Amino acid sequence: MGDLNRMTIAEARDALRRGEVSAVELTEACLAAIEAAGALNAVVHGTPELALEQARAADARLRAGGAPDMCGIPLGIKDLFCTRGVPSQAASFILNGFRPEYESTVTSRLFEAGAVMLGKLNMDEFAMGSSNETSTYGSAVNPWRRVDDETPLTPGGSSGGSAAAVAADLCLAATGTDTGGSIRQPAAFSGIVGLKPTYGRCSRWGIIAFASSLDQAGPMTKSVRDAAIMLAAMAGHDPKDSTSADIPVPDFEAALNGDIRGRKIGIPREYRMEGMPAEIESLWAEGRRMLRDAGAEVVDISLPHTKYALPAYYVIAPAEASSNLARYDGVRYGHRAKLGAGDGITEMYEKTRAEGFGDEVQRRVMIGTYVLSAGFYDAYYNRARKVRTLIAKDFEDAFAQGVEAILTPTTPSAAFGLGEMADADPVRMYLNDVFTVTVNLAGLPAVSVPAGLDSQGLPLGLQLIGRPWEEGALLNAAHVIETAAGFASRPSRWW
Amino acid sequence: MPIDAKTAAHVARLARIRVEEERLPALAEEFSAILGFIEQLNEVDVEGVEPMVSVSPMRLKRRPDVVTDGSMPEKILANAPDAREGFFAVPKVVE
Repeated sequence: MGDLNRMTIAEARDALRRGEVSAVELTEACLAAIEAAGALNAVVHGTPELALEQARAADARLRAGGAPDMCGIPLGIKDLFCTRGVPSQAASFILNGFRPEYESTVTSRLFEAGAVMLGKLNMDEFAMGSSNETSTYGSAVNPWRRVDDETPLTPGGSSGGSAAAVAADLCLAATGTDTGGSIRQPAAFSGIVGLKPTYGRCSRWGIIAFASSLDQAGPMTKSVRDAAIMLAAMAGHDPKDSTSADIPVPDFEAALNGDIRGRKIGIPREYRMEGMPAEIESLWAEGRRMLRDAGAEVVDISLPHTKYALPAYYVIAPAEASSNLARYDGVRYGHRAKLGAGDGITEMYEKTRAEGFGDEVQRRVMIGTYVLSAGFYDAYYNRARKVRTLIAKDFEDAFAQGVEAILTPTTPSAAFGLGEMADADPVRMYLNDVFTVTVNLAGLPAVSVPAGLDSQGLPLGLQLIGRPWEEGALLNAAHVIETAAGFASRPSRWW
Repeated sequence: MPIDAKTAAHVARLARIRVEEERLPALAEEFSAILGFIEQLNEVDVEGVEPMVSVSPMRLKRRPDVVTDGSMPEKILANAPDAREGFFAVPKVVE
């Protein structure tokens, strides 16, 4: 069997159970693909020995029978997840050399289910960025290129390494995290499926924190079915994360029956942005047609506070980040600056943080510090939290009218060139998240599905937003789009 | 509200990030641009709206306030840039 690394989770699961392939063979195929893909800079800490050891154990379990779905499936893990004994540094220099003594709950669950870790994946520093360019490892590169053009493109961010690795078949799937769009935007830029579950569906324990009220882990996969399978293995209550929901994890895969007849799908008029490329507009119209053809009732809805989601996010996320990142002080882990004669503890903190954090992280920590400082707390932070209440209410009102899912584009453009935004004002980069960030503020599940190519041959994604805890129904609607769009394009290999 | 270099220096100090003097005007300009963007929020009528505390309406779980973990000083210190005799080591704090 050739090209084992190109398999989906579902295909590999079935082949493993039938004994047509072994976990070791699958893992070796992925390790060889990683070896040959240095130019993508997607895998930043390879763990080939651990992977083969896990694969051998998975094969033994498969032989014994009754192995779980994820048993023997080789995965890439975003560098934001703490993995025991393996470098975990959130793509930041300040965590240089950090090897956790513990395992995140999500990776523990995946490993207990028999999954194999191939290595840690590139990302924006502390998940702050939309292009993977803020990484201390240098940017990951999108396996996709424009037609007849060798310009290196961003795989998106912050889960850029995860998206690039899945799109280039370096792994069968990867973990990502999403605070403002960090799973969905890179999934759209790289032609793969990315699911942000409902806030509280997956434990945040052991995932390096960015903005705790917004962060959520999710799967990045080659198909909607794979997202359903992998989410089931990642999700579930964890006493170590008090915000993780103590509710049953349903069989998400069983919900994929393709039947959405009579389901009400909302189209929010506020997402029709001025200056939106015609190709995005027509892709969105195509998506509406696909859902209508499958028997859904497509209705116009209004989410009136959409415009204020990004500014609210850029208060709340930096505020939480400034608090979460206060722990990086050069005392307990990671980098400590070399001190001069007479330097005291304050100099140690200030020099360590100046050397350890990149520009974007410093900018956000300082903005967060400012909006939380005496005299500004009410004007910025409390006002943003009130606007957040209104944004969540917009969705509640739509769902109360019987809307079961909401269809939007995932991003306002296709992947852009690395370095293209270097001189842009930071706010321009933030606009990448304009369609995704509302979902985090409201804590909802949402998925990006690849639905077409633009005129330059780059993938574009459609986003579906669901009701809280109804990832199964959401994925079923996504499955309808996936099937109707028949997106089968892959990047042609240049690396 | 535009931020001046003096305010930028104050924020940098609060955040415990050293910023060189000559970087301050550019930093102040970046802050001003971001805050200008944020100030759109002033257009929203938030009269009587409760600030959101948690996205899910469920009550957080409680547990007994007891020691649940511990007795692993080697693990705790394993990643420290400087650890001596079972403690984290830092520059002199008290004269």
